[in-house]
Amino acid sequence: MEKLSLRELSEGLKARKFSSVELTQFFLDRLEKYNLSINAFISIDKDKSLAMASRSDSIIKEGKQDYLTGVPIAQKDIFCAEGWKTTCGSKMLDNFISPYDATVIRKFNEISAVNLGKTNMDEFAMGSSNETSYYGNVKNPWNIKNVPGGSSGGSAAAVAAMLAPAATATDTGGSIRQPASLCGLTGLKPTYGLVSRYGMIAFASSLDQAGPMCHSAEDCAAMLNVMSGHDSKDSTSIEREKENYLNGIKDPIKGLKIGIPKEFFSEGLDPDVEKIIEQGINEYKKLGAEIVDISLPNNHLSIPVYYVIAPAEASSNLSRYDGVRYGYRTKEYDDLMDMYCKTREEGFGDEVKRRIMIGTYVLSAGYYDAYYLKAQKIRRLISEDFSKAFKKCDVILGPSAPSVAFPIGDKKEDPLKMYMQDVYTISTNLAGLPGLSMPAGLINNLPVGMQLIGNYFSEAKLLNIANVFQMNTDWHRLSPKGFE
Amino acid sequence: MKFNNDEIKKIAHLARININELEASQVSEKLEGILGLIEQMTKVNTDGIEPMAHALDINQPLRQDKVTEADIRKKSLDLSEETDQSLFIVPRVIE
Repeated sequence: MEKLSLRELSEGLKARKFSSVELTQFFLDRLEKYNLSINAFISIDKDKSLAMASRSDSIIKEGKQDYLTGVPIAQKDIFCAEGWKTTCGSKMLDNFISPYDATVIRKFNEISAVNLGKTNMDEFAMGSSNETSYYGNVKNPWNIKNVPGGSSGGSAAAVAAMLAPAATATDTGGSIRQPASLCGLTGLKPTYGLVSRYGMIAFASSLDQAGPMCHSAEDCAAMLNVMSGHDSKDSTSIEREKENYLNGIKDPIKGLKIGIPKEFFSEGLDPDVEKIIEQGINEYKKLGAEIVDISLPNNHLSIPVYYVIAPAEASSNLSRYDGVRYGYRTKEYDDLMDMYCKTREEGFGDEVKRRIMIGTYVLSAGYYDAYYLKAQKIRRLISEDFSKAFKKCDVILGPSAPSVAFPIGDKKEDPLKMYMQDVYTISTNLAGLPGLSMPAGLINNLPVGMQLIGNYFSEAKLLNIANVFQMNTDWHRLSPKGFE
Repeated sequence: MKFNNDEIKKIAHLARININELEASQVSEKLEGILGLIEQMTKVNTDGIEPMAHALDINQPLRQDKVTEADIRKKSLDLSEETDQSLFIVPRVIE
């Protein structure tokens, strides 16, 4: 049952081969058996999940079933869910029981999907290895000595170890695609504005976007059907007609123009990863795609620009954690200022404090033009590179991350090395474009992700292109040993 | 870019984060590294380029100022360490 696709689970529930309660109990049992070894979840509430499953069963009996009704979904702990502890991986929110639902959570509730639990993540989504979580690092199911990637490492590890059929995740600079790559999954970061950010704890508001983390492109399409759509509670949510991402997912891709950016195959890329991406390109050639060379000349600037814009926005967003209305408050203090400063000293971890301080510095008097304004100008140059590229090709293909999963502790003390993990993913966040990572091979039994980047709102096309690859290859069907 | 401990402490104070001498010197090295990375931007000519704040350059949408949410006052107040009736309590700021 743990290997069934979302379509198979949906059909099984409809045909009453199993009930939602049975299905949910099955995954809760797996959680109990395996979660300790990989630490993928922060909160599990069996009673709540089973109560939701029981409601789903009634709806299925009434014949009012939606595609994902009764299917247990793991939710990244960045999404506020009413009555659930919602921590964002931080001590600051260790006591926070959300009084309301994020729009993403509400949408899953409306179709009566089951919330299977809240997944571990880097603190406030700041990290690429899940080592910054207050709740301990997540381990990669493919090799528990290695990181699962981040920040959505809990969601990635949960789905890879088959503790959940699918999970939600978020991506500010690569936090869906890099862990999907390191854990052998298919993950999609949609166009900025496609999925509502309401109730999704903010890190860098102009970059944050939620998306699905699944075993296949088809599963991602089913998840995106639930997650996407305009929301008046998010002022950056885009008003456009809702699509069915499962339509056309099997369409032939003959004549598709795939652009290969030379900047994604230069210094810093593991030569073994490069070989696997080249095999992926050859597979697409066999499927009738045409390969064209393109250039994204400003891609190397995406990391410096990101490390101005993201910390600047984070320093502003995270100013709400003051110990007054909710969250952690220090025990002893002399006055209000002392309470603020001690609360934030004790409540935030090192990486979060570093980024808040960088953000504070680049926004401080006298530096705004030199850093923030400059970064916003280069952001436009990076974005224009993509516009030019999409005149020559339909989709861009490259690696998702420069290497396979690395050992826990390997880069923790060197932020600059860690930041390079996102060198192929950050530019799409800056431009607001959709990006997808899918498994394309293994190196020493560790998965390698291949990335597809599309033009604005081309999610259906990206999922189609990925699905056709998956109809002809088996990389996405592989699972780590020890979780059977 | 080099930071001395006083500069680090000033930034930390602006960010409302307590920091001691030892932490300040540890943090300064990491912040200098990150700013070194950021400095790559200075070489880029951005004359005449419009800053980009939003990926799709959308406008600010407006909606009716209507109550749409359920009353979650009690639930919200319960999240605070200290409240009095409908107020959040903080240390005295006005003598």
